[in-house]
Amino acid sequence: MDMKANKKKLGLKEKYAHMTRGLDWETTYQPMDKVFPQATFEGIKIHDWEKWEDPFRLTMDAYWKYQAEKERKLYAVLDAFAQNNGHLGITDARYLNAVKLFLTGISPLEYVAHRGFAAAGRNFPGVGPRVACLMQSIDEIRHAQTQIHALSNYNKFYEGFHAGAAHQIERIWYLSVPKSFFDDAFSAGPFEWMIAIGFSFEYVLTNLLFVPFMSGAAYNGDMATVTFGFSAQSDEARHMTLGLECIKFMLEQDPDNLPIVQKWIDKWAWRGIRVLTLVGMMMDYMLPKRVMSWKEAWEIYFEQNGGALFNDLAKYGIKVPDCITQCTVDKEHISHQAWCTFYQYAHASAFHTWLPNAEEMDWLSAKYPNTFDKYYRPRYEQWREMADKGERFYNNTLPMLCQVCQIPMVFTEPDDPTKICYRESDYQGEKYHTCSDGCKHIFDDEPEKYIQAWLPVHQIYMGNCWPEGTDPTAEGFDPMAKVLEWYHIENGKDNLDYEGSGDQANFAAWRGAATQNT
Amino acid sequence: MSTVFIAFQTNEDTRPIVESILADNPHAVLDEQPAMVKINAEGQLVIKRESIEERIGRSFDLQELQINLITLSGNIDEDDDQFTLAWKN
Ligand SMILES: [Fe+2]
Ligand SMILES: [Fe+2]
Repeated sequence: MDMKANKKKLGLKEKYAHMTRGLDWETTYQPMDKVFPQATFEGIKIHDWEKWEDPFRLTMDAYWKYQAEKERKLYAVLDAFAQNNGHLGITDARYLNAVKLFLTGISPLEYVAHRGFAAAGRNFPGVGPRVACLMQSIDEIRHAQTQIHALSNYNKFYEGFHAGAAHQIERIWYLSVPKSFFDDAFSAGPFEWMIAIGFSFEYVLTNLLFVPFMSGAAYNGDMATVTFGFSAQSDEARHMTLGLECIKFMLEQDPDNLPIVQKWIDKWAWRGIRVLTLVGMMMDYMLPKRVMSWKEAWEIYFEQNGGALFNDLAKYGIKVPDCITQCTVDKEHISHQAWCTFYQYAHASAFHTWLPNAEEMDWLSAKYPNTFDKYYRPRYEQWREMADKGERFYNNTLPMLCQVCQIPMVFTEPDDPTKICYRESDYQGEKYHTCSDGCKHIFDDEPEKYIQAWLPVHQIYMGNCWPEGTDPTAEGFDPMAKVLEWYHIENGKDNLDYEGSGDQANFAAWRGAATQNT
Repeated sequence: MSTVFIAFQTNEDTRPIVESILADNPHAVLDEQPAMVKINAEGQLVIKRESIEERIGRSFDLQELQINLITLSGNIDEDDDQFTLAWKN
C-alpha cells in the first residue's frame, strides 16, 4: 500500500525564498523611509534586511495547513469535554480560580500580542520579519479566541467567568500588572517590542508560564485548558525562534546596537519576571495537585535554560540581565508574598482565595526550606486562628503601587525579608515610588513614559472607578461597593473565600449527582 | 556544554517521533511529564525525517513536527531531511 513519496519540486529553502523574499518590492512613488517611519527612531541600525534568517522557513500555504489541523484537534477535544461534563473531572473546584486568573490576566494579553505583532510586521522594512510577524499576529488572535471559547464552558457553571477577557482587564487593580506590561511594550518602537515580547517574554519567560501551567491543568484534570494550552504552545516554538533570530540579527547588523539591546533585555526581563509573580502564586497555592514549585520551575526554565541561552549570546557581548542577583533571592519569597496579598484583598478580587491546609503547608515547607516556616507559615497560622474566631482578616486600606510594574508594594528588601522594599524618585517636583531597584532604574531612565501610568489605586482615589452617574456625596455612599460594581465583580459571589462559596457548594452537589443515583 | 531540549504532547503521533529521536541521539535523556514528553540533550539534538518515516510507514514532512510541539531550546537549523537543535558553545 505504501506509495513512494513524490520528490518535492522545490526544497524547503528555495520554496521559502520564493514565497517570502520574492514577494517584496521597493516603493517608487513614495520614499521607503516614509513608508516605514518607525524603522529608525529607536537608534537600531540595520544595513541589510536580506541577512534575516527564519530557521522554520514556514510559508503561508504550509502555515494554513498546519494551523487548520491544530484547530480541528482542539475543537474535537473541546466538544468532547463539554459533552461529557468534563468540568466534573477536575480535582477540586478551587483549581478553577487559577483558570479565572488565566482568563482575566493572560488571554487579553494574547489579543494585545496579536495587535502588537501586526504593527511590528507593518513597521519592519524587511520582508523576512514581516512574514514571521504576520504569522505570529494570526497565531495570537487564535490564542485569544480559543482560550475564551474553551473557558466559556466553565462560565455556564461557575462564578467569575463572565467579564474577564474584555471588561475586567481594563479595570481591576491586579490586572493592570499584565496589562501595563504589554501596553508599555506596545507603546515602544517595533524593535523594542521584539526584544520585550518576542525575546524576553517568548524566549526567556514563556516556558515558565505555559509549561507548568499546562502540566498543572493536566494534573488537575482540566482537559479543556490543557488542550488550548498545548494548541497555543505548538505555535510558541516558532515565536521563540523569531525572538531569538531577531536579537541575533540586530546584534550582527551593527555593533552600535549592542548597548540598546542590552538595556532592553535588562528592562524587559525584569518587567516580565515581575508579571510572572502571578504564575508563581498559581503554582504554589492554586493548584490542588501540584506539579512543581515556582522555585523549581524557575531553576529549570530560567537558571538552566536561560543560562544556556545567555552563554550562546555572550559571543555578541550580551550579558545576563542584571536583575539576576535579586531574582535568586526572590524565587523563595514572591509566590508567598503574592498569595498573602490576595488573601488580604479577596473582597476586591474576581476569584476566591483560601488558607493553605496542613498538608499544603507541609509541601510548602519542603519546597521552601529556607523561607516558608520562618516567614510565611506563622502568618497563615495567625490568619487561620483569626478566621476560626470569626475574625477573618481583610485589609481595607488600598496599597501603594509601584509606578512601573504596578504591583502593590508587597515585596521585601533583598537583604531583609521582614522589611517592605520601596524606592523613591523625584521628577518635575513630584515623588514617584517603585517596588525595587529594577523598577526604579526603569523609571529613572524614562520618567516621561511612566508618569503617565494608569495606576488603579490612584484612579480609585481620584473617583474614576465608579459606574457612571455615581454620586459620592450621597448618603451612605460605599466606595468599595461601587468599585466592585464598576469591576463587574458580584460581591459575595465572585470574590471572598472559596470556603462557603457557590462554586464549592455547586461542585460538591454536581459531582455527587454524577457519581450517585440519588 | 549547554543542554538543548524539545518537548511534545504525549500522543500517538509523537510516539514514533520520540522513538526516532532517542534512537538517533544516544546521549539524549527522556523526561516524561503530565501530558508532555521532553527530551533533553547535551549540546545538540538531531531529528531525522528518514528515521520517522521508517517507523510510521509513510512520508513525513519535518514541518509536521510543529503540530504537536510544545517548546524547545537551542538554535534551530532545518532542511528537508533533518531538524537540528544546538548550542554552539
Ligand atoms: Fe500566544
Ligand atoms: Fe515594580
